[in-house]
Amino acid sequence: MSLALLIEWAIKSVVIILIILGGFAYLTLLERRTLARIQVRIGPNRAGPWGLLQPIADAIKLIFKEELTPRDADKVLFFLAPIITVIPALIILAVIPLGGEATLFGNTYRLDLASNVNVGVLYILAIASIAVYGIVIAGWSSGNKYALMGGIRSSAQMISYELALGLSIVGPILLAQSMSVDQIIDGQRGLWYVVLQPVGFLIFMLASIAEVNRAPFDMPEAEQELTAGYHTEYSGMKFALFFMAEYGKMIAVSFIAATLFLGGYLGPYVERFWWLGPIYLFIKVLFVLLIIIWLRATLPRFRYDRLMEFGWKILLPLALLNVLVTGAIYVLVGGAV
Amino acid sequence: MTTDLALFIGLALIAIVSAVSMLVSRNAVYSALFLVLNFLTVAMFYLLLHAAFIAMVQITVYAGAIMVLFLFVIMLLGTEREEIGGSIRWQMPVAIVLAVGLAAELVIVIFRSAAGVQGQIAALPESFGSPASIGRLLFSEYLVPFEAVSILLLVAMIGTIVLTLNKGKESR
Repeated sequence: MSLALLIEWAIKSVVIILIILGGFAYLTLLERRTLARIQVRIGPNRAGPWGLLQPIADAIKLIFKEELTPRDADKVLFFLAPIITVIPALIILAVIPLGGEATLFGNTYRLDLASNVNVGVLYILAIASIAVYGIVIAGWSSGNKYALMGGIRSSAQMISYELALGLSIVGPILLAQSMSVDQIIDGQRGLWYVVLQPVGFLIFMLASIAEVNRAPFDMPEAEQELTAGYHTEYSGMKFALFFMAEYGKMIAVSFIAATLFLGGYLGPYVERFWWLGPIYLFIKVLFVLLIIIWLRATLPRFRYDRLMEFGWKILLPLALLNVLVTGAIYVLVGGAV
Repeated sequence: MTTDLALFIGLALIAIVSAVSMLVSRNAVYSALFLVLNFLTVAMFYLLLHAAFIAMVQITVYAGAIMVLFLFVIMLLGTEREEIGGSIRWQMPVAIVLAVGLAAELVIVIFRSAAGVQGQIAALPESFGSPASIGRLLFSEYLVPFEAVSILLLVAMIGTIVLTLNKGKESR
């Protein structure tokens, strides 16, 4: 393990974390502006041109806010919960390649951190499955019944939808005959998997929106029932961390959807000009993000029992059926797809 | 090799501390969380041993699914603070006997094989621990145990549904 390699890894890791952090700041602005347009408003447009400085203003405001810790809170876990919530959102992108091979100053670099590991997809599922802890710990440690209810709801919801999420990824794995993210992207050179796996893509999107607790599945923070759910008692920067985690997960999910189903960084002329790869990926991620924002603006929140019923009685059997049909067709066609 | 050793010692310390903390903490939520930490460190051990697939499965299944259910039940029942002793007083002596037995067995195994261990380890094949090779083994050599486990899990699942359904009728 040479020093140059270590430095290369460190730089790549920092870039991935910066994508999430910078993306978080400007995704909030994008969402507020888009929602405002959909609701025939203008949205935040005062801080800087087109409101571009709004995220910075928000950050400064949140840093200077008073942080409260409730008397009945479990102090240690109350402090740790926001940190535990943010970490999965920051590390899940490690297996997603941002582009192919790049030539910089005469050296060739791969624009990824670990996309060639043979368990890449499992890594995504593993990180997604431990993402629930931060929320659960936050809910429990607050010493507040609304927060606890929010935490319990979110753990039930995330466990339920994880199954459908995992099964929806089986489609691309079957078609690429690999769990390595690199090979799944390679398999989409001719045709994106969203064309071969339309049902799988739909299930993936629905399940992942439920996983990241976004509308219309934002049950853990249903204001009318739970004030604000698991982060009711949080204020200041700790609250900002939950906010960051939610948007970070949203970005991560969009990256994963774009990579597994929409061809990742692939696009016309990407072989000749390496810098096109990240641009194509960015456009695809933006597309998925806009769909998620659009859904929030359009759909009302599900009722909790409906949500569970939908997850277990519709989404899960559908996902199983999708795996069965994909496998059967794959065997019958003889792997020629 | 030295970085591996340093990583191993660090992880081993975390694993031991988290396991002991799991046992001694009075609060069930803390115990569960320490167990999660322990599972995560064990997953790191698997990674050090070039068994990435097992590591990911360890995180997904144990840390991600089973322990979330544990936490869920602890929180739902609100039984965070269970007094030591109580209804299961016989557990402690039995546990001590079993633990001493396990430790003795471990010591014997280590001392008997310590001399030959270095020579016995062959170079790892290229596909060691890859999902494809594990899958192939599971569906060829270990097909019968694999199917038996799946039937066992199915029976457990059906059993849970039957039990909860009956309860529902009574309460109505």
